[in-house]
Amino acid sequence: MLTGAYVARSSPLHRLPAGVKLLVLAIVCIGLLWVRTPLSVGVAVAVVAVLYAVGRVRPREAWSQVRPLRWFVLVILAVQLLVTDWVTAVSLTSRIVLAVALAGLVTLTTRTTALMDAMEKGLSPLRRIGVDPARIALMMSLAIRSIPVVADIAQRVRDAQRARGQERSIRAFAVPLVVGVLRYADTLGEALQARGMDD
Amino acid sequence: MNTSDSRTPSRRVLPAADMARVAVFAALIAVLGMPGQFHLFGNSVPITLQTLGVLLAGAILGAWRGALTVMLFLGLVATGLPLLAGGRGGLGVFAGPSVGYLAAWVVGAFVVGWLVERGGRRPGMHWVLAGCLIGSTLILVIGVPVQSLVTGVPLGETVTLSLVFVPGDAMKSVAAAAVVVGAQRAYPDASPAARRQRLSNSSS
Repeated sequence: MLTGAYVARSSPLHRLPAGVKLLVLAIVCIGLLWVRTPLSVGVAVAVVAVLYAVGRVRPREAWSQVRPLRWFVLVILAVQLLVTDWVTAVSLTSRIVLAVALAGLVTLTTRTTALMDAMEKGLSPLRRIGVDPARIALMMSLAIRSIPVVADIAQRVRDAQRARGQERSIRAFAVPLVVGVLRYADTLGEALQARGMDD
Repeated sequence: MNTSDSRTPSRRVLPAADMARVAVFAALIAVLGMPGQFHLFGNSVPITLQTLGVLLAGAILGAWRGALTVMLFLGLVATGLPLLAGGRGGLGVFAGPSVGYLAAWVVGAFVVGWLVERGGRRPGMHWVLAGCLIGSTLILVIGVPVQSLVTGVPLGETVTLSLVFVPGDAMKSVAAAAVVVGAQRAYPDASPAARRQRLSNSSS
């Protein structure tokens, strides 16, 4: 089952509307650009830590959000230390980690469906140029629904490939996969048409 | 959108058939990013084929639909689904160093699609390969400077660090081109130009 990183808890952050969280996140990420001194870095780290506590996020869950950065951080720090002083190096690196941590906090405390609704709402100004947010929301649901179907097609193709002893060829894997996926997509398209999606 | 007006199906910006293709290809990009899809050099180096999926979306669905597919996929990632290679997802990836590559995927898919569409109903291998190589080069050309900007690592060093991706990306372009040509031979509607022609013939 495909689930987001959302952790179901009851906290003030969980109750905040998704749109508000996204807006605040955008503003704060811009604000982070002014975090340049050791003192302000310390303050920012403390604020983010407090926010994580308010959101009742466990350390392990918090780590899962910044974990993908771990090698990056080492490389960036090393290169920065070579080209500039350590104050710049540390503040720059922590700015990246803090931005990712804050974005991760929004992800952890907001349901996938709430974020999708917020996106649908955020796209509504595009109505004027002919974009229908409801159709985009439908496509998102269709895509999520299609992931297990496509994964299943991939699995079957791989099994067939193994039976023929062609495990290493990307082409022998991806051509039948793409054709199978297109067949499925075009059938799905006809089903949507039959339900009056084009009327 | 007003449902009572008398628009004909073809006047929809994105007809149902295209919506389905875009949605399913977004799922394909997700599946190609899952681990264990492929191993190189005797199973020692696991590679994900996510960028292959981006190139395929452009080459097979065409420029606009391909770009839309990638945007839809990134939208799903932003809602917190762990669909990026390595199980990453959430808003954090858009605040991190790889945001430039993700944005560049949209451009890459568009450019590959634009070029392949101009290759005719059944573009040749060389044409598609050139398109895929240009597309994946463009992804690096956009992604690397943005990474340098986000991390503050000077551009020169970032370029050096990114050189490790070049052989893999080149190989994925070759694979993508072979797959596109193979798929278009097996399923004519896998060529955007051929499909457009068939649809305009059947509606007139």
